[in-house]
Amino acid sequence: MTVMTMITKMSEGLGRTCAIFFLTLLFSLPLGLIVSLLRMSKNRIVSSITRVYISVLRGTPLMLQLLAVTYGPYYLFGVSVSREKLIPVVIAFSLNYAAYFAEIYRGGIESIGRGQYEAAEVLGYSRTQCFTRIILPQVIKRIIPSVTNEVVTLVKDTSMAFTVAYQEMFTIGKQIANSQTSFLPFVIAGVFYFIFNAIVGFIMGRFEKRLSYYR
Amino acid sequence: MSKLLEINHCRKQFGSNEVLTDLSLSVEEGQVLSIIGPSGSGKSTLLRCATLLETMDGGDLIYLGNYAARDTDGKAVYAPPAELQKIRGMFGLVFQNFNLFPHYSVLKNVMEPPMLVQKRKASEVREEAEALLEQMGLADKADAYPYQLSGGQQQRVSIARALAMNPKILFFDEPTSALDPELTGEILRVIRSLAEKKMTMVIVTHEMMFARDVSDWVVFMNGGVIIEQGNPREVIDHPTHERTIQFLRRLQEK
Repeated sequence: MTVMTMITKMSEGLGRTCAIFFLTLLFSLPLGLIVSLLRMSKNRIVSSITRVYISVLRGTPLMLQLLAVTYGPYYLFGVSVSREKLIPVVIAFSLNYAAYFAEIYRGGIESIGRGQYEAAEVLGYSRTQCFTRIILPQVIKRIIPSVTNEVVTLVKDTSMAFTVAYQEMFTIGKQIANSQTSFLPFVIAGVFYFIFNAIVGFIMGRFEKRLSYYR
Repeated sequence: MSKLLEINHCRKQFGSNEVLTDLSLSVEEGQVLSIIGPSGSGKSTLLRCATLLETMDGGDLIYLGNYAARDTDGKAVYAPPAELQKIRGMFGLVFQNFNLFPHYSVLKNVMEPPMLVQKRKASEVREEAEALLEQMGLADKADAYPYQLSGGQQQRVSIARALAMNPKILFFDEPTSALDPELTGEILRVIRSLAEKKMTMVIVTHEMMFARDVSDWVVFMNGGVIIEQGNPREVIDHPTHERTIQFLRRLQEK
C-alpha cells in the first residue's frame, strides 16, 4: 500500500474525527457552564452531587467512560449496541469534557470580584442580567488560555474512539498499521493532529486577541 | 422639607459581633450628610444596609415613605423583591473602588443601566449620558475603556453612571480613599458641584475639611452607634464627646 493510499483512506475518517470534536465542544461547553453553576449552588445536596460527578469523570480514564457509555446499556439492560457509534462517543466525550470545563468556569467565575456583582445589583440588574452581561463576558476572557488547553487535548483525545471501533481517522490508521505491519499510519496521524491543532491554536489566538481590547 | 431616607433602630450583627446597635438616622431632601468615624465603626456597614447590599437584623428602612424593611417584633422584615427593586431605583451608590464594568466603554457604562433596567430609549439616554460626561469633564473619554483612565477619571465615570439612573439620593462610600491625594480634589469638586445643585447625598469620608465644608449635617460614629451629630462646624470644630475629640486630634496629627 502506498503512502498516498494510506493518507486517502485515513482522510476518509477525518470527517468523523471532526464530528466528535465539534459535537463535543457544542455540548460540553454549555453543559460545563451548567455543571459549574450547580457545583457552586448554595444547596448542599446539589453541590455535593455535582462534586461527585466531577471527581468521577475527571478521576477515571476517558477510555473506560467510552466503553461504559457504548457497551454499558447492553450489559445493564440488554439493549443491543447500535452500529452507529457516534452518539455514545459524543455522549462520553461531552460528559467528560463538561467536567473539566466546569472547573475552568468555576475558577473564572470565582476570580471576578464581589464589586462587579454589587455594582450591578445596586443599579438594579437582575441576577440573570448581571451574570450574562457583566460576569460571563469577563469570565470568558479570563478562561480562554485554559479552554484552549482543553480544546487542544480534545483534538488528540478523539483518537480514543478506536476503543469502541468508531471509524474515525486514528481507528482507520490503526487498522492499516496492523494489516500492513507498518508504522507509517501513526506518523501520518501525528501530522494530521499537528495540523489540526495548529488551526485550533490560530483560531483561539484570534479569539483571545479580539477580547484584548480591555483589561 | 420631607424625609427622603429614614433608618430606625437599625441592628446588624456579623456572627456574634454586633456592628450596628440601635442606630437611627434620617436624611431630608436636598441635604448633604457626612458620616465620619474610625475604621470598624460601622460606617460602611450602615451604607451597605441602606443600599440593600446587606440586610439589617432589626429596624426600619424607609425611602420616601416606602418601607424597604419594617421592624416586626425586633426583626427587620424586608419588602417583596418587586418593591425592593422599585426602591433600588431611588438611590445610587458610588463605591470606593469604582467598580466600573471593565469590558464596557465609558459611554456604555453610563448608558446600559438606564436602558436595561429602566427600559429607556437609547437616543434619549445617550443625550443624557453625554451631558453627564461633559459635566464630569470627560466628554473626550466616552469611547475609552476604564483601564485607560486614571483613578480620578474612573471615579467620575462611576458618579456619572450613578447619576444616569436619576436617583433621588446618592451614597458615597469613601469615594476618595483609593485615590492619590492629587486626584482627591477632582472628586471633591464634583461632589461639591452636586451639592450646589441640591442633590441629596450621604457621604462616608475621611476628608474632614471637605466634610465640614460641603455637608449640612455630620454624624460621628464609633462602635456601631452615633455618638455625636450636628452642624458640621459644631461636630468637627467643637466636638463635645471624648471619642470625637480624640479621633479628630489623631487626624490632625497626621
